[in-house]
Amino acid sequence: MSAQPALMEEIGSAAGRELNTQGLHADARRESLRLLALLSPSLLLVFAIIIVPIGWLFWLSLFDEAGGFSAANYARFFEQASYIKTFITTFKVAFIVTGACVLLGYPLAYMLSQLPRRAASICLIFVILPFWTSVLVRTYAWLVILQRKGLINSWLIDLGIISQPLSLANNFSGVVIGMTHILLPFLVLPLYASMKTIDTDCLRAGMNLGAGPTATFRQIFFPLSLPGLASGVVIVFVLCLGFFVTPALMGGGKVIMWAMRMEQTTSLYSNWGAGAALGVVLLVVTLALLGLFQWLLGARATGVWSSR
Amino acid sequence: MSRDLGLPISHRQRLWLYCLGGLVLLFLIAPSIIIVIMSFSDSTLLQFPPQQWSLRWYQAYFGSLEWRDATIVSVKVAVMTVLMATPLGTAAAYAINRGTLRFNGTINALLTASLIVPVILIGIGTFFLYARIGLNNTLTGLVIAHTVQALPLVVLTVLSGLRSYDMDQERVARSLGAGRVAAFWQVTMPQIRFSIVSGALFAFITSFDEVVVSLFISGGETTTLTRRMFNALRDQIDPTIAAISTCLIVLSVVLLSVAQIFGRRH
Repeated sequence: MSAQPALMEEIGSAAGRELNTQGLHADARRESLRLLALLSPSLLLVFAIIIVPIGWLFWLSLFDEAGGFSAANYARFFEQASYIKTFITTFKVAFIVTGACVLLGYPLAYMLSQLPRRAASICLIFVILPFWTSVLVRTYAWLVILQRKGLINSWLIDLGIISQPLSLANNFSGVVIGMTHILLPFLVLPLYASMKTIDTDCLRAGMNLGAGPTATFRQIFFPLSLPGLASGVVIVFVLCLGFFVTPALMGGGKVIMWAMRMEQTTSLYSNWGAGAALGVVLLVVTLALLGLFQWLLGARATGVWSSR
Repeated sequence: MSRDLGLPISHRQRLWLYCLGGLVLLFLIAPSIIIVIMSFSDSTLLQFPPQQWSLRWYQAYFGSLEWRDATIVSVKVAVMTVLMATPLGTAAAYAINRGTLRFNGTINALLTASLIVPVILIGIGTFFLYARIGLNNTLTGLVIAHTVQALPLVVLTVLSGLRSYDMDQERVARSLGAGRVAAFWQVTMPQIRFSIVSGALFAFITSFDEVVVSLFISGGETTTLTRRMFNALRDQIDPTIAAISTCLIVLSVVLLSVAQIFGRRH
């Protein structure tokens, strides 16, 4: 590339330079077309499977059951108590699960970041393996562990701590436990990656200046780890809002979350307008949260998939 | 002294942290281990630890025509998804890595859209679209939908491989007279092949383990393993699923180990 100005000087005349620039432009254009050709099959697929159906559903959501143009599908969310209850349940689960993931995930990520490299990579396997195990398998495991005659109950009864089995599965607590387990790696992986980039010189400097371990952690390490924590929190919260499998299997029909509501509305009641409106609002909330995060921190929350 | 950090904190002072972290790791891994052990139980009650051992749930799995058909469908779809998503994703990553296109940011966002858009919305939307063009309950429809979900993983994995590769090498090959395809195939490809293999493995797991979209668009003869499992779980806790789950866990372990070994050599 650095040879080009010299080359152009050698060509000398203004006409020659003009010709050269034109040639370069044509080359760049051809190159762009070739790159677009490489991208086009993927873009076409994404467009056909994601963009077109969502656009179509959005269009559907603007019509009421009689086929008239109206906002009835959206107004319903504020009027019908069952919808309001679904939203409250969904946000309640999302807040509790995100909180539990932070409480469990922060110490784990912190420990991983402090361990020697070899030990950390062995421990990381225990985070990555569940991350790549089917959600269905893990939900099934929790069903088996938490059910009335399951592991936890039979152990607690054998130990004499309780006399009657606790109802842990098929209710709110089952959904929260299962989802926390499934979403925890989504918080730990980006948090760990960001903790690894914290400069230990900063910590050492703090200790040199007389700060104890606790003060060093609280005043230096913790603030520096906040961006990583935020990206984990956002991704877990957003995934909670649209979660389907675990609440459907472990909620015992009592915990109706957003995604289940969408499935029931479309499959059971064939009310496509209402189901589509639910989907549109879910997508808008998801994008708004991710956009807000990106705007505040200038980072992409999808980084979790590349920080495996 | 924790030597690798050079901080004056001893490992003993950190004992509580290691205990806490260890407990969380146990929470993450225990369910899988419990399921694997329970799958060898002789009882229908799923006791733990099992009183008697047997392979009856594996026999129930492999002996059942329904489960076997569903497994074959899932394997077929996953293999075809890998064959679609890997070349497409690699080509896309190559183009994005150039960074010369005007809408690079938008293209990136589009290709990773399936990671962000709630999967339930993709499921309902795909079902709605397929109902119009007759792709519901077909292998083709499943492969297309799974390819879209696997694409971002292939793109991100290959992209990270390309980022640590010096594109000038390909330019040198081309200035020495190699054509574009030959330069990619003989110079770039051998150096990023581990990323491509990892991407392909992730595509396989993504397709094989996919539940929500398959729930909507598969059925009848193309019922996938996960769809059948989901429906079985809605009714009762069938111990056969413990045996199937164990097979799925083993599959994940094997694929991840292969990816890890390839990654280390890289």
